[in-house]
Amino acid sequence: MTTSERFVGSAQRRTDGRKKVTGTAPYAGEFTTTGLLHGAVVNAAIARGSIRSIDIAAAEAVPGVVRVFTHENRPDEAWFTSAFKDMVAPDGTPLRPLRDARVFYSGQPISLVVAEDFETATYAASLVHVAYEVTPHQTDLTAARHDAFDPDEGEGDIVRGSAENALATAPVSIDRNYRIAIEHHNPMEPHATTTVVEADGRLTVYDKTQGARNSYDVVVNVFGLPEDRVQVLSPFVGGAFGSGLRPQYQLFLSVMAALVLERSVRVTLTRDQMFTFGYRPDTLQRVALGAEADGKLKAVIHDALAGTSRYEDFTETVVDWSGLLYQCDDVRLAHRLAKIDTVTPMDMRAPGGATGMYAIETAMDELACELGMDPLELRLKNYAERDQNEDKPFSSKQLKECYRQGAERFGWSRRRPEPRSVREGSDLVGFGMATGSWEAMLFPTSARATLLPDGSLEVATATADIGTGTYTILAQIAADALGLPMDRVKVAIGDSSLPKAFVEGGSATAASAGSAILKACQELKEALLTAARRIDGSPLANVGLEQVVFSSGSIRRAADESEAVSLEALAAANGNAPLSVEIDNSPSDSPYSSYSHSAVFAEVRVDAEIGMPRVTRIVSAVAAGRIINPQTARSQIMGGVVFGMGQALHEEAVIDHALGRFMTHHLADYHIPAHADVADIDVLFVEEHDEAVNPLGVKGVGEIGVAGTGAAIGNAIYNATGVRVRELPITVDKILAGWTR
Amino acid sequence: MRPFSYTRASDVGEAVAALAANDGARFIAGGTNLLDLMKYDVERPEHLIDITALPLDRIENTADGGLSIGAMVRNTDIAYDEQVAARFPLLASAILAGASPQLRNSATTGGNLRQRTRCSYFYDVSTPCNKREPGSGCPAKTGFARYHAILGASERCIATHPSDMCVGLAALGATVRVEGPEGSRSIPFSDFHRLPGDTPQVDTTLAHGEMVVAVDLPGKGFSDHYSYLKIRDRLSYAFALISVAAALDMDGDTIAEARLALGGVAHKPWRNAEAEAAMRGKPAVETTFAEAADIVLAEAETVPGNAFKPELARRTMIRALSQAAAGTPQSQSDKRIQ
Repeated sequence: MTTSERFVGSAQRRTDGRKKVTGTAPYAGEFTTTGLLHGAVVNAAIARGSIRSIDIAAAEAVPGVVRVFTHENRPDEAWFTSAFKDMVAPDGTPLRPLRDARVFYSGQPISLVVAEDFETATYAASLVHVAYEVTPHQTDLTAARHDAFDPDEGEGDIVRGSAENALATAPVSIDRNYRIAIEHHNPMEPHATTTVVEADGRLTVYDKTQGARNSYDVVVNVFGLPEDRVQVLSPFVGGAFGSGLRPQYQLFLSVMAALVLERSVRVTLTRDQMFTFGYRPDTLQRVALGAEADGKLKAVIHDALAGTSRYEDFTETVVDWSGLLYQCDDVRLAHRLAKIDTVTPMDMRAPGGATGMYAIETAMDELACELGMDPLELRLKNYAERDQNEDKPFSSKQLKECYRQGAERFGWSRRRPEPRSVREGSDLVGFGMATGSWEAMLFPTSARATLLPDGSLEVATATADIGTGTYTILAQIAADALGLPMDRVKVAIGDSSLPKAFVEGGSATAASAGSAILKACQELKEALLTAARRIDGSPLANVGLEQVVFSSGSIRRAADESEAVSLEALAAANGNAPLSVEIDNSPSDSPYSSYSHSAVFAEVRVDAEIGMPRVTRIVSAVAAGRIINPQTARSQIMGGVVFGMGQALHEEAVIDHALGRFMTHHLADYHIPAHADVADIDVLFVEEHDEAVNPLGVKGVGEIGVAGTGAAIGNAIYNATGVRVRELPITVDKILAGWTR
Repeated sequence: MRPFSYTRASDVGEAVAALAANDGARFIAGGTNLLDLMKYDVERPEHLIDITALPLDRIENTADGGLSIGAMVRNTDIAYDEQVAARFPLLASAILAGASPQLRNSATTGGNLRQRTRCSYFYDVSTPCNKREPGSGCPAKTGFARYHAILGASERCIATHPSDMCVGLAALGATVRVEGPEGSRSIPFSDFHRLPGDTPQVDTTLAHGEMVVAVDLPGKGFSDHYSYLKIRDRLSYAFALISVAAALDMDGDTIAEARLALGGVAHKPWRNAEAEAAMRGKPAVETTFAEAADIVLAEAETVPGNAFKPELARRTMIRALSQAAAGTPQSQSDKRIQ
């Protein structure tokens, strides 16, 4: 059987682009209904302790206030005792808003004020007076490190050979400590939930989420609702970066209020409240590397210590990269946690990878300097042809091509190894590079493909498009499978009633949802051919699937394409009833290890006296299997690179440890790159064929753009200035301190 | 936000009378700061008097050869005014170093002068702050103090004034014209903002009921030798860690007159007459600038969160003065430091 591919692999504009730029793509906080109520959340002002008293009288007295919910008057519903865990909850006890008087972190939601309009709700919320019983808190990871523990009880460490011995005997070695600042996700769209109480009592819940099904499961379980009484919709998501993986507190509060009041309720978080849940954790890291004089790695040690909350143990893959990126037989990698009085951290774009690869890729640069070796040469010298962590071959790995093509595009050969050796005007100019990697995952996903009465196709799965282009690539895949133009394919996602999908994350949606949609389309083709053969006088009466092609809206005999049944005719012959198939797709045990890879090259300019850094050029060369849509994929990498720039130079959530509170909780204080900071970003995709990773040959893009970028920038700053800053973000004062020390 | 009443004033006398009669009233113009503060429950006015319709939206020549800028002139309109750009480019440059185009389009001259500190504690009503709630304390001294003062601060407050425009106006020796219930008066720019002392809740020397109606620039614009150099944590849309307005009047290679004002270091735009005097009659070379910088910073005091600032300020002053002397002012669009 052959079908001509027309859309997969070609640059396609987003199918939802027009809706988004014209403001007609509705987001969770924009859905409305008659009599909609508005909720405003009150957040705790202390880091640890309990609520001694909460005075809501003044808030209740405001005309237009409908109800003020607190732990003292909250409904006694099943949701306070039943399973509160979502699909991606870490070990521990999830926070249950308004459950009792205890306060676990500054910013914890402690009251919901519901009013007839938003302004009244927020005003009344400012009148809720809370008195606390304060317990001493600890939010400083450097102080809490003495109580570090192993969340995996030894099971998570990666140990091969004897790294300590190898390090001690290595002719050249480095041993360094690194730290990244806490980062907050800050998608453009704030988290919001609009719960609409339908006339028959069912709830339609519009939620900002990366997984409608995750929100749905939690709502049903927590509130003990019949499965058919709830539908969660999230047709459009204005960015999430991981912040929408777990259901956030506005979902619970909105549904709770709607159930109690039997009225529709919307709860939208303010920008400041976007800093009251989930963040990339503060992580202290030690990397020690030993090498032969020729650069061959003899020892790799990577220890990471990250903060987590009192009530959950959030873990991410921080150190494993150091055993994966380079060939080395003596390796010890360990990840530990320490409890601090903040909200539980969360996955944030390239979770663990952005953290761990910053450290190992900076350490590799330091080792190269110690060896007097080109950093790219050092990486090639230790190129891993096999995944030593899993002891498996890679399904594909075009990293060498990434290095080669990236270096050529960037002009790496012009790099001068001696720091401070290139000056242009008042600027010191530096080059740096790093390796990036991200696992190519596949999540269990169900999907449905349906031939509609008009001969068009609908494909459906409960995944999300968080701005990445999922709508578009699923249409490309389905259009090619059925030989239809893209505008004859309707993609249905972001709806809990659709076939079940995992949360949209890990850069795995193209692979997971894409493979499921492809499989559904393939099974639909069989069903369609069966139906076509049954038509009276069918020209396809005696042919099998391998003897037909689906093209131009028809099923055609491959031998003579004029002998065909159009999909419209097929739909009509079927009595205009939809023809539909639904499938489940799961990853199978693979003998291979699958990762995407990148080589990131950065040019920075730093004022020679004042030390103010600028990134002026980035080349990111990516091998990620088949690229379904080069246009949206490029956007994904560019976005990832900007994230990496923010991590390297700008992003820092500052906690006042005396108060136990984040003090950078709006976008004037919490800096992400402004347009002026974002320089020339050159993305190139290296051709990579992978038959083993999944039927589409797709590895996914997005997080691979972040991985390595922070280290490449830091390495370039060292090359420019001679100052090695080992704590992100690299700000002007840290460079100046290096010069004046 | 708390409920408030709102009126529009149509003449200055009426507006001043309305404000003077009500302790809970505030003027509102561009609203770029006051509305934020109201949303954060920091400012709680019961009545707003909108003064945007007042006839104070002109830039006019004055009898002594200077310019008078009305209080309602938008920041953008000053920055791109032909007279300002030609004769007072330091002011235009300072304005363009601040905020964003959208904010500059809305913000007014008077409002820029009256804007309040961006100290994170001042903005967060769940934390102590002596400026917001006198006597409650100052967590910035042991906490997040990156944008905080190293000069003229007090035991009670280490906040900074956030304006860039005001740093330029201070260097140019502007005068603030004010109308109040007692009539009109003029305030030298250096006396308009005050140091925190024991009353950090008071930002300026204005009395309640007084309105800024104009800012007057004297004739001397230093248009040949000036620079506004702002160092911040990203290349646009961030408050200054350190900003420096430098203006020189050159007699050959010798400095005939020097002006030096700093932002991001104090509760007000910071000038030091001794440092300026020390440059007079000296050659425009780095040692001269370094000596002036040392005079400015002689009494600098830091807290753990801003210990880096004196050295950064020293280097920034030297560079800005060097740019001014060379006649190569810092561009506000090209982010490379010239």
